[in-house]
Amino acid sequence: MAVLFLVPLVLALVVVMWGVGIYNGLVAARNRVKEAWAQVDVQLKRRFDLIPNLIETVKGYMQHERGTLEAVTQARAAISGAGNMAQRVEAEAGLSAALGRLFAVSEAYPDLKASTNFASLQEELASTENKIGFARQFYNETVMNMNNRVQMFPGNIIAGMFHFGQETFFKVEDEAQREAPKVSFN
Amino acid sequence: MWEQIAANRRKSILLVMSSALLLGVLGWALGVNFMGRNGGVPGVMMALVVWLVMTLTAWYQGDNIMLSVAGAHRVQKEDLPQLFNVVEEMTLAAGLPKMPAVYVIDDPAPNAFATGRRAENAAIAVTSGLLRTLDRDELQGVVAHEMAHIRNKDIQLMLFAGVLAGAIVILAEGGLRGMWLGGGRSRSRREGGSDGSGIVAILAVVLMILAPILAQLIYFAVSRKREYLADASGASFTRYPEGLASALEKISRAPQRLGGATSATAPMYIINPLKRTGEMAANATSTHPPIDERVRILRSMAGGGLADYERSYREVTRGGGVIPASELSSGAAAAANQPAREASAGPAPSARENARQVDDFFYRKDGYRKLDCACGTTLRIPPDFATPAAKCPRCGTLHDLR
Repeated sequence: MAVLFLVPLVLALVVVMWGVGIYNGLVAARNRVKEAWAQVDVQLKRRFDLIPNLIETVKGYMQHERGTLEAVTQARAAISGAGNMAQRVEAEAGLSAALGRLFAVSEAYPDLKASTNFASLQEELASTENKIGFARQFYNETVMNMNNRVQMFPGNIIAGMFHFGQETFFKVEDEAQREAPKVSFN
Repeated sequence: MWEQIAANRRKSILLVMSSALLLGVLGWALGVNFMGRNGGVPGVMMALVVWLVMTLTAWYQGDNIMLSVAGAHRVQKEDLPQLFNVVEEMTLAAGLPKMPAVYVIDDPAPNAFATGRRAENAAIAVTSGLLRTLDRDELQGVVAHEMAHIRNKDIQLMLFAGVLAGAIVILAEGGLRGMWLGGGRSRSRREGGSDGSGIVAILAVVLMILAPILAQLIYFAVSRKREYLADASGASFTRYPEGLASALEKISRAPQRLGGATSATAPMYIINPLKRTGEMAANATSTHPPIDERVRILRSMAGGGLADYERSYREVTRGGGVIPASELSSGAAAAANQPAREASAGPAPSARENARQVDDFFYRKDGYRKLDCACGTTLRIPPDFATPAAKCPRCGTLHDLR
């Protein structure tokens, strides 16, 4: 008769162990998302810190581009002022666009282009843009992984029990901002 | 990549175990030969000590040995900012916990490899020839390929494979020398010991035959599939398969041969450094898949994701798939199933700038002084230059060197 009690006990134990496995997987996935976001954040901060240096270098050469320079400074200020995540993402996209315009305009200044300081700053900023892109790519992969776990059966049962929510993707800027910046020489 | 990682761990363990067995047999044979009938056990004990030292060396010093055999020098961000940035970018794309150390090899042949015990202390080495020939996108493709080797833990297996292959070559040579010198002495010491030295002779011959066979086995362990997988992951990191494709083409067409490569380290490189351009044809024992095939697969990818590589691979090779099913169905692959991006819009003349920086680095390392003359000429003063002044060959200005 003892066997009759043992069978459901063992079954219950297996189910609990299986649930613990799924729970731990969810926690690990969520931590990976957090860590991936931290990497994006590091790169965004780095770009933020590079801007004053860039403005300082460019200022002397680009006397007639006050508007372009101010747009970059303002876009940077908008990041500090961003209250929530959505505003932050929008402000960062705005800075990307302003920087793109600045580098496009800089093509018209051979003296500036010849400056080694500017060349190294340009490589730094171009690379930081890339790093933001790659960090975001990896972040989105971890979010996809997390969301799959939360939505798919049987993970959704455990996720529902312990309130694991879906994570938000870091979307690429909207189509208008992806367009090449327009350059005007006047 | 979990299937791949688990398979690599199994192969690493198998490699260490079989090398222990080989050493045990060798120790027993040498013990019996040099110490008489009772020498077998101490011989085996000694061999086990050697095995332990070798394994620990491979584990703790293997990457350093690999790097110094290849003649690699550590560089910092100030030396080669672009290379450093590209490595940092790919570290982020691969989601590795820590950026690998960056090394440069002063060799005109373009090539690259990755090594290390695990992702946290890995290293990536590229030749100066690679920096001179590739543009930024191509360099990124190569670094992404190496980053994939690090993330898939291919490097751990290569470490053991490389050190053991090296040790086996040394043993084979040592055995031969022992046969000529030690064998003769032991015969004169113990009369009638000719059968003993006969064993050594046979053993040495067997080892001499074994060494290349084992090297071949290591070549097989580093299967072609691993290279395809690294290409696939690399393309999914950069989202720009054309970068790696055009880099592979340039590397395989370069006429130079890599100086610091041996059969023990050859499987590590992105392209087999021991084969000349004319011998690139595929054969059963080759460590790397044929380049044209790798290039063709990358070029016919519809997007930048793993699934795109899988589809393209099936099309080009008309064979089965290469990427584990579990990896294709996972979230990462689904997210990676995105269109390839455009060529990067970074500063364009990067190969020339890199060439200048890499020159600067190696001249500085060798103690050369750099002098910029007012006429635009750069003078490099060797460390043993005894004259107190140097004359610019272009404008004739005298530069004071004190």
